[in-house]
Amino acid sequence: MKLNGAQIVCESLLQEGVNVIFGFPGGKVIGLYDTIAKYPALQFVLVRHEQGAAHAADGYARATDKVGVCMATSGPGATNLVTGIANAYMDSVPMVAFTGQVPRADIGKDAFQEIDITGITLPITKHNYLVREASSLAETIKEAFYIAKTGRPGPVLIDIPQDVFVEQTEFHYPARVNLPGYKPTTEGHPSQIKKAAKLISEAERPVVVAGRGIHIAKAHEELKNLAEAAQLPVVTTLLGVSAFPQSHVLSYGMGGMHGMGYANKAVDAADLVIAIGMRFDDRFTGKVSSFAPHAKVIHIDIDPAEIGKNIRVDVPIVGDVKKVLKALQKVLEPKQHVAWLNQLDEWRHTYPCEVRECASVLPQYVMCELCNVTKGDALIVTGVGQHQMWAAQHYIYNKADTFISSGGLGTMGFGLPAAMGVKVGRPDETVWCIDGDGSFQMTLHELATIVQEKLNLKIAIMNNGYLGMVRQWQDLFFGKRYVATPLTGPDFVKIAEAYGMNGIRVTRPEDVRPAIERAMAHDGPFLVDFIVEPEENVYPMVPPGASIAEFLVAPKKEALTWSRRSTP
Amino acid sequence: MVATQHTLVALVQDKPGVLNRVASIFRRRGFNIDSIAVGHSELPNISRMTIVVNGTSTMVEQARKQLAKAINVVKVVDITEENITARELALVKVKATSDTRSDILEIADIFRANIVDVSMESLTIETTGDEDKVESMIKLLQGFGVMEIARAGKIAMVRGPLGPMPVAKARNEFRKKAD
Ligand SMILES: Cc1ncc(C[n+]2csc(CCOP(=O)(O)OP(=O)(O)O)c2C)c(N)n1
Ligand SMILES: [Mg+2]
Repeated sequence: MKLNGAQIVCESLLQEGVNVIFGFPGGKVIGLYDTIAKYPALQFVLVRHEQGAAHAADGYARATDKVGVCMATSGPGATNLVTGIANAYMDSVPMVAFTGQVPRADIGKDAFQEIDITGITLPITKHNYLVREASSLAETIKEAFYIAKTGRPGPVLIDIPQDVFVEQTEFHYPARVNLPGYKPTTEGHPSQIKKAAKLISEAERPVVVAGRGIHIAKAHEELKNLAEAAQLPVVTTLLGVSAFPQSHVLSYGMGGMHGMGYANKAVDAADLVIAIGMRFDDRFTGKVSSFAPHAKVIHIDIDPAEIGKNIRVDVPIVGDVKKVLKALQKVLEPKQHVAWLNQLDEWRHTYPCEVRECASVLPQYVMCELCNVTKGDALIVTGVGQHQMWAAQHYIYNKADTFISSGGLGTMGFGLPAAMGVKVGRPDETVWCIDGDGSFQMTLHELATIVQEKLNLKIAIMNNGYLGMVRQWQDLFFGKRYVATPLTGPDFVKIAEAYGMNGIRVTRPEDVRPAIERAMAHDGPFLVDFIVEPEENVYPMVPPGASIAEFLVAPKKEALTWSRRSTP
Repeated sequence: MVATQHTLVALVQDKPGVLNRVASIFRRRGFNIDSIAVGHSELPNISRMTIVVNGTSTMVEQARKQLAKAINVVKVVDITEENITARELALVKVKATSDTRSDILEIADIFRANIVDVSMESLTIETTGDEDKVESMIKLLQGFGVMEIARAGKIAMVRGPLGPMPVAKARNEFRKKAD
């Protein structure tokens, strides 16, 4: 069957089970979009800025088992994707990005809207392609999807010259890929697994550190079984939040820079760290030289390059986390760690995760109420900043893989478009975008997309009038000089209305819950602008350069009582 | 830990941009590549790169793992610790007068180098050998006035029939693909 390049793209996408494309048009892809319209099985979501397309594809991929797909035209369309691609790369999100390119004959001539996007994205993609003839399109797309979703997932970019879309060629979708340089190891080495089991059986103060790899491998059940079998306390990274049910007795919350005091104490005092699907990011380890000083380290990860990159490892196991945990479970001896767990519970008591009573709206309190109203069942998508940390700390995640956030790149503006992608992928679930007033303003134009697509998405803005996380650093480390951090935001409720959706403003604590309930009851997108305590800081905090055991705790303010946290 | 010189050998798919990909991995990690030599290997559509970099063993190992991850890189090995044959090629153009010509020829002779071009004012000498040999010859010629030096990067191979290269498995796969 002879097809043109554009048809081959569409047919190949169908072969890969794609049904949603997030994108934006332009000269080099008009022909492709014209063809997409003839494929009703391919839903096209028109974003308002290409960055939004990449973040939406990212959110979509994290929330489903699928590869996210985004599409942009050449030149500025392609460069606008860059932040979103980098974000997906840092957080190991499977994505295929398509960009149009100038016709082959014009490449290298600085033609109108020509940009070397494969060159630009070289260090932020798992792989990328410039397609040189229609006859290699099908094979390229097959490879791209395979690379994006296997091994350690990541974004792949395919740059297609305009004239390739109209070139006719025989279409045949390959059944398998031929990539001699790409063979991810999925089975953990049995002798390494035995060594790990031995270390676990010998350990007196073990702690599991679970990362996003648990979500990627869908290893939640295996993690729980392992933890229960050997009575292992579980701490997570930021992106590992919701890898382990937080109400579980063995859950000791998130560790790292804004992690729970008891989580960081646990890692610091451990004699064995069992790191699973995480990469010892500096935001988790704090000062590397004093990280877990008494511990041996077992590191389980699919990416061999992560082993020993930041932290010395005693037992590396390269493989798919789910498979490795299953195998490990089989050779593991049941164990108790009563004294150790008692110690951890004592720390839990000493450094509780609490919210104080306050006359104004505290963002932490909003998180608790969001958790209470949604029964801890919502998919939470965040921007980047203080609100992100509060969302990670104070919402109680008991359902697997329900916290979606930009970890590695820390991309302000991720929240709204990513939440949009999440909602497209999981239309039947409650999706809350928890955003900061700064982050929200970076991509708020996507409200138009949300309204156009009739996405029933809920948005909570923690409006503190500041680029709060930066202000917090200025407060603590720059003599309270608030340079370039105070924000005069627009009226977000009016913004919502201008875009054709509903919204309300909340200024008093007693209005928090009713507002959330109203948002939930509303059939359609809804925005709540929470005017929160402007100079609230996120605690605990491990100051930059300090060991994770040296975290700062919230200074207790006088005449304020502390209340318990949320209970889903 | 101290930085030392490492020699890496990589088999890479012969695809556009592959040299750029490899170089980019080193650039990103702050390595200065001392030399890189690329050419066809014994396998169809597979090029062989010899890369010489300076770095601590952990840094080089990290870069090697990142290289191994690149989709177009079929195999990459650090052969620094192996028993290897390593060769460099250099062309050296030296000022030569009737007074100095015979001295220069003598030096070339000692190093078993070839004279590849002669003019009234210059001699061009071609030499092959390990880095030390090339360096010492250049050093000796310096006194006569070196006008130009062109050096090809180091190429290297592990001695004996067995070694980390070539990759039997990759070879088979490529045979299959070529069929
Ligand atoms: C695109 C981008 N630019 C700058 C930063 C640096 N940065 C990190 S947090 C932050 C402030 C975020 O402000 P806001 O969204 O209002 O959240 P808040 O901290 O106030 O909750 C900034 C500027 C970033 N992470 N991303
Ligand atoms: Mg703010």
